[in-house]
Amino acid sequence: MRMRALQGYRLIATIGMSFGGIIFIMPFLWMISASLKPELDVLAFPIEWIPKTWNAAENYSEVWFGALPFTTYYWNTIKITLFTTLLSVVVSSMAAYGFTKIEFRGRDLVFLVILSTFMIPTQAILVPQFILYRWLGFFDSHAGLVFLGASSVLLTFLLRQFYMSVHNEIIESAKIDGANHWTIYARITLPLVKPVLATVMILRFIWTWNDYQNPLIFLRSDHLFTLQLGMTKFSDANGEFYSLMMAGAVSAILPLLIIFIIGQKQVIEGVASGSVKG
Amino acid sequence: MQQSSTSKPNMKQSNTRVKRSVTASQRKHLRMKDTIAGYLFIAPMVLLATVLTIIPILLSGVISFTDWNFIAGLDSIQFIGLENYVKMFDDDEFLRSLTNNLLLMLVIPVSLFIALILAVLINNATYFKDVFKVIYFMPFISSFVAVAVLWRVLFHPTSGPINSFLMSIGISNPPAWLADPSFSLISVMIIMIWAGIGFEMIIFMAGLQNISRDLYEAAEIDGANKVRQFFSLTIPLLTPTIFFLLITGIVGSFKVFDLIMILTGGGPAGSTSVIVYYLYKVAFIQLKSGYASAIGIMLLIIILIITIIQWIGQKKWVNY
Repeated sequence: MRMRALQGYRLIATIGMSFGGIIFIMPFLWMISASLKPELDVLAFPIEWIPKTWNAAENYSEVWFGALPFTTYYWNTIKITLFTTLLSVVVSSMAAYGFTKIEFRGRDLVFLVILSTFMIPTQAILVPQFILYRWLGFFDSHAGLVFLGASSVLLTFLLRQFYMSVHNEIIESAKIDGANHWTIYARITLPLVKPVLATVMILRFIWTWNDYQNPLIFLRSDHLFTLQLGMTKFSDANGEFYSLMMAGAVSAILPLLIIFIIGQKQVIEGVASGSVKG
Repeated sequence: MQQSSTSKPNMKQSNTRVKRSVTASQRKHLRMKDTIAGYLFIAPMVLLATVLTIIPILLSGVISFTDWNFIAGLDSIQFIGLENYVKMFDDDEFLRSLTNNLLLMLVIPVSLFIALILAVLINNATYFKDVFKVIYFMPFISSFVAVAVLWRVLFHPTSGPINSFLMSIGISNPPAWLADPSFSLISVMIIMIWAGIGFEMIIFMAGLQNISRDLYEAAEIDGANKVRQFFSLTIPLLTPTIFFLLITGIVGSFKVFDLIMILTGGGPAGSTSVIVYYLYKVAFIQLKSGYASAIGIMLLIIILIITIIQWIGQKKWVNY
């Protein structure tokens, strides 16, 4: 009897939540729907969720092969995102290993200093960073963006938490067998923290792909622009063509959506365990 | 086969022998080696953090006492003491941005409350948990650029879908949302709530996993209904999580740049300008490097104060 009441309660809650979920996700559905229609139907009311006349091919080919080099933006973003993700994982995991598995003088102090830089808002250091980058020759280059993205204190902190749970006995016994720290790091601990590495990589990928502020400040040349910059440029140029803007937005979100659906568990669990904020 | 099995105890013996024979000088040598290895491992991170964060923040501090403009070159640098900091409190645009930031903090308790209710419902009361998680998490993976471009159309005053809907249900004079100075900040807040709920919900769900089921069963036997359970059990037991999200959320709300930049550009009439947007404007459009650095340092001070409140508050308000 109680079981049945519980099931009924669950069913009602599921239906209620589904309704809420649909309202919540409606902006996205509207975006996809608008990207498939001719411009004149976009703002028609009541909304045609499934377009009566399709214009998808024209919209998307206008975005991808139209006046703006969208494919270049896309390629730039893929390049920057992949390199940043890769470098970031190497830098962060090495630091996490050093901070947890090697004993040396000054370790905790250095860690505290590095951790405290997390509080500094990126905007507070834009001017000196900008000047420094021009001086170092990293301004208006993809390499500069990669370095900015790779120095994530947050991901180092998240990885450190997991390295702390790797037992020291494993490392001690490897040492006795004559392994040096590099071998232990690469061969023994990296495979052990693989699930967290996946989380860190996916998070870094999402943040870099979506980054707008750094490319805005540190890039000047159009042929180096990323997707996010390209999108704003595109929406300035096509401000009246909502169908095209939505097609651009869908193109920008789609790769992340695919990665997210594949790595859904890693992302959500990673966020929950490390309480990471993007 | 046999050989290897006999050699094993041998190896163990030799290991203990090695351990015993480690002399003081060798130990020192080993520690030295560990120190070098340690610093090599953290070197890339330390180097990046030093060059990209620590040196810039120190420079920022120095520049904030000058009236410098970085285009003009180092020769024109002039120290003006605390003038930049004093000026801030007479600068209407800065004060407006600061006020807007303080108002934006309201987003956090509202979205936390919604996120908590959603988390409790999804956790205890629904089928297809994973589907709901993905749906509410969608904005987290979308770029603020795409989100801003999308909502600009949704909020379009005359023909956007939201106002078309409002007019169709009989509201003849719906607000102009982002175009109306008295509604623009509220519109930004709505978008921020929508974008933030998923993250908070996931953290709450993780927190809920740690609450023992027995407590709810005991409450049930004592005759507490679901609403009572929510307020007297769930909320007190989740105070650490709530507090964590409150602080990170408030700190995060001071850093919202992309959304403002693309959605409104601080307008109309400065009604959605925030500190980080104003900082960007002063630094890269008005090219006042000194003043911009002072604003940056001020922002850092505000964030530090919030963090200190967190430290003190954690001891006072959080139940463990």
